[in-house]
Amino acid sequence: MTEERRQLNVGLARQLCNGVIMDVTNVEEAKIAEEAGACAVMALERVPSDIRKEGGVARMSDPEMITRIKEAVSIPVMAKCRIGHFAEAQVLQALGIDFIDESEVLTPADDDNHVDKTLFDAPFVCGATNLGEALRRISEGACLIRTKGEAGTGNVVEGVRHMRTIVQEIKKLTQMDSAELYAAAKNLQAPLHLVQYVAEHGKLPVPNFAAGGVATPADASLLRQIGAESVFVGSGIFRSSDPPGFARAIVEATIYYNDPAKVMEASRNLGEAMPSLTMESIPAAERLAGRGW
Amino acid sequence: MTKKIGLLGLQGCLEPHAAKFAACGAETAKVLEPGQLSGLDALVIPGGESSTMLRAASSEMWQALVLFAAHKSVWGVCAGSILMAREVRNPQQRSLGLLDMVIERNAYGAQNESFAAELAVAIEPAHRATYLFIRAPRIIETGDAQVMAEHKGIPVMVRNGRHLATTFHPELTEDLAIHRWFLANCASD
Repeated sequence: MTEERRQLNVGLARQLCNGVIMDVTNVEEAKIAEEAGACAVMALERVPSDIRKEGGVARMSDPEMITRIKEAVSIPVMAKCRIGHFAEAQVLQALGIDFIDESEVLTPADDDNHVDKTLFDAPFVCGATNLGEALRRISEGACLIRTKGEAGTGNVVEGVRHMRTIVQEIKKLTQMDSAELYAAAKNLQAPLHLVQYVAEHGKLPVPNFAAGGVATPADASLLRQIGAESVFVGSGIFRSSDPPGFARAIVEATIYYNDPAKVMEASRNLGEAMPSLTMESIPAAERLAGRGW
Repeated sequence: MTKKIGLLGLQGCLEPHAAKFAACGAETAKVLEPGQLSGLDALVIPGGESSTMLRAASSEMWQALVLFAAHKSVWGVCAGSILMAREVRNPQQRSLGLLDMVIERNAYGAQNESFAAELAVAIEPAHRATYLFIRAPRIIETGDAQVMAEHKGIPVMVRNGRHLATTFHPELTEDLAIHRWFLANCASD
């Protein structure tokens, strides 16, 4: 990735701010998402809650299915590759995808290494649970960071935890003097130059979005209020009782996140949110956020 | 007096514009409600997704934008330029009709077709800089609008009276010239 390509890719990530990116599994859902005001869609064969239910190895989606979705909508289309599966990422890049999500929702392909994203021209988004993880992904070439949350649960608690953690760790760095940043880089296990950037600017060098467990308009508002610049919604729309209604309502609450009256109107008479899980009910081995490092 | 520029906040890239205008000595304010347009010297419709902004704009906001633009300057960037056009293609969609131009969405292609290009910009003093085109729309016809920059013969910066459109992103590169020009030239009547 040349410096110019990186600017173009981080630039695209910035155009996605103040918006909602929705998981869709077919053309019909993609059109519902676009119609509701999604600023991008994530094309995948199974939403996270179904992957969780059905088990087995979750892989990159069929390129044909992704192509059909690309042709059906005018907004950017993203697709997921497995953590470390650079051959899947190469396929997605060859497909001309707008953004690649190296995602813990799919079954990791490499326990040690993430994709070297600097070798690609296509932009990547990666999940993070804390600042060190976010900066490691950025050093590998990620142009957009999202929280991992716990996908497919309809439970926002992990997404909130990750966003809170990243924001708190950023604040701490801004209070340190220059000598302390070396130890901070050691403790965060992150490259020094990125730690210094965050300390100076009080933010990541790429946009910071939320993902994982978003099920309601108020969830979207909460994540925006604690620092998310946009919100990814996975199962929360198309596993709810009224996908177009939930899609519109979550877009509304993401834009007007600071206006409780608007979030209230968006929440009214929405119907049933997606089926949900408490964290206690998920054995540690089945938690997705622990995938990657 | 310090100028105050509104940034339409229905979706998209706001923060880099705020930083640019601050560096030029102007204030900015995010606009989400029609009432927030009052007291502004001009408005920027930022980059993002035009279809998202269209769906997010209430009919009251739409009317307020048309009224605002009848007296004050509006600058549309990328998706914002689509909203400002007289006619939009691929797909056809509603627009504010503030600039006499026909524009085609996603005409350069997906993100792998995004590019950087050095442009000669017809502002005083004459200016050259490299700018980013990100999933950019293409201006395919300009009526009365004045072309201020071209790329390979295609207009990419267009002015019509007090209004301005750029299909590229001056907010994403170091250069301040276009923000400064807009501040100096935004006008009301």
